[in-house]
Amino acid sequence: MLVLENVTVTYPTGITALDDVSINIEKGEFVFIVGSSGSGKTTLMKLLMKELEPTSGKVTVCGRDYAKVKRREIPKIRRKIGMVYQNFRLLKDRSVYENVAFAQRVIETPTRYIRRQVPSMLTLVGLANKYKSYPKELSGGEQQRVALARALVNNPEILLADEPTGNLDPKNSMEIMNLLEDVNRRGTTVVVVTHNRDIVNMMQKRVITVKHGKITSDEKKGGYIDEV
Amino acid sequence: MKFSTLWYSIRQGVKNIRRNLMFSLASIGTMVSCLFLFGIFYMIVVNFQAAVQTVEKNVTITVFFDYGLSEEQIAAIGEEIRYREELNTIEFVSAQEAWDKFCAETYGEENASIITDAFVGDNPLANSASYEITLKDVAKQTEFVEFVEGLDGVRSVKNSEAVANGLASLNSLVGYASMAIILILLFVAVFLISNTITIGITVRKEEISIMKLIGATDFFVRAPFMVEGVIIGLLGSAIPVIILRYIYENIIEYLMARFPIINILVNFVTTEEVFATLTPLCLIVGVGIGLFGSIFTTRKHLHV
Ligand SMILES: Nc1ncnc2c1ncn2[C@@H]1O[C@H](COP(=O)(O)OP(=O)(O)O)[C@@H](O)[C@H]1O
Ligand SMILES: [Mg+2]
Repeated sequence: MLVLENVTVTYPTGITALDDVSINIEKGEFVFIVGSSGSGKTTLMKLLMKELEPTSGKVTVCGRDYAKVKRREIPKIRRKIGMVYQNFRLLKDRSVYENVAFAQRVIETPTRYIRRQVPSMLTLVGLANKYKSYPKELSGGEQQRVALARALVNNPEILLADEPTGNLDPKNSMEIMNLLEDVNRRGTTVVVVTHNRDIVNMMQKRVITVKHGKITSDEKKGGYIDEV
Repeated sequence: MKFSTLWYSIRQGVKNIRRNLMFSLASIGTMVSCLFLFGIFYMIVVNFQAAVQTVEKNVTITVFFDYGLSEEQIAAIGEEIRYREELNTIEFVSAQEAWDKFCAETYGEENASIITDAFVGDNPLANSASYEITLKDVAKQTEFVEFVEGLDGVRSVKNSEAVANGLASLNSLVGYASMAIILILLFVAVFLISNTITIGITVRKEEISIMKLIGATDFFVRAPFMVEGVIIGLLGSAIPVIILRYIYENIIEYLMARFPIINILVNFVTTEEVFATLTPLCLIVGVGIGLFGSIFTTRKHLHV
């Protein structure tokens, strides 16, 4: 489903963020990507979103070789991928409802479906009663749940999360992770970049460790590998 | 595009204007000032050109015929002249009319009859029948005169080359100068307005990239900005047009009432005539700048 073959990314500044990386993630998997700050995890996510072109190597998502995807086809591919960020990236001037509805407007969902699906999505993430609030009126955990609802409302095949619990306390972190696991159980492929050792150790999923742009370990079922 | 998307874009565009009120007002203000200047200049040029044209149309060319030419032959010459495109008016002046006119001009209306009576039956200006011609465009005079002189039966053509050439070069000078100034004004307007729009859009860069990462097409991201641009353009051009119209009507009225002599010297172009061109011109420029300004300035933020 997500395949990287010998991918290298060198930024114009000369920094090589990913160095000859190969990863294969199957449909329906739940994968943690761990590694210290600056190891290239976000760069990896950007590649999967086609926000960034690899300097060399091949990226294939949902069977599409990204090198052959035309610019105007990018939106269609991104609609199959939900994305969640550490800083939530909500639209600040729009209500919770509008933030989630926005993802549906983008793909031109008829308004009557939006009216039905947004509330049920907000119920799923436990925010049904906050639909009128604005992002700044919510706690970090709540904002992240809005972002998650937005990422999921279009039923994506893949969910990417870049340090989704980075700004959250342990309780909220655990709740977000439980939601991600639910999503995965219903068939969505989930890739989570995280620093949260406790959660990784507890959930016992596949863990890929990145260090200085290289993959140093890839455990089918395991815990957080300590940096040496 | 679905209707719901269109509706969404319009609503969002209107919201954006309110949300970025300072930026919207700055853009509208810039456009109002530019188009206002442009309009003032346009009104001056239009009136100046109308004045020159009035003078031009009064520059006459007189055509005299060979001695003893019959009326039919004179009429035939008239026909040939009438075919010319640059012709404005042509009038036949018989020898008698020429003589009457000469007397009236020389001795005054009231004394003229004494002279004409004295010379009755013996017109000293026999053979001075002529065509009095005016042209639409004095610049064509030389060419026209050459043509008429070449006709059979034409004895001489009287015209003032100095006046014609002076007017023609003045006219083209004003034409070029106003073209240059209009281009400069438009250029400044485009520059200032797209600058303001760029600032407004840079503020929303994050918003645009979020939309793109969710899977919005370029058009979907752009549509509200385009609506916004069109609304700003409409307001930015309608306001100066309304103000200019008010000013124009009142200034002319004031000038005519205050200085009656102006009435004789200048024929002001009517408000309707001026604004029949100025209104659509301003609206097209305003809406065009608003629309294309937002398309161009969003473009560089869409590469996410
Ligand atoms: N846009 C960029 N331009 C230049 N260098 C960058 C850019 N983004 C990231 N980098 C560099 O690439 C390396 C990997 O960054 P990143 O992928 O963000 O790491 P992580 O997400 O694991 O912290 C870092 O050294 C970072 O400074
Ligand atoms: Mg990162």
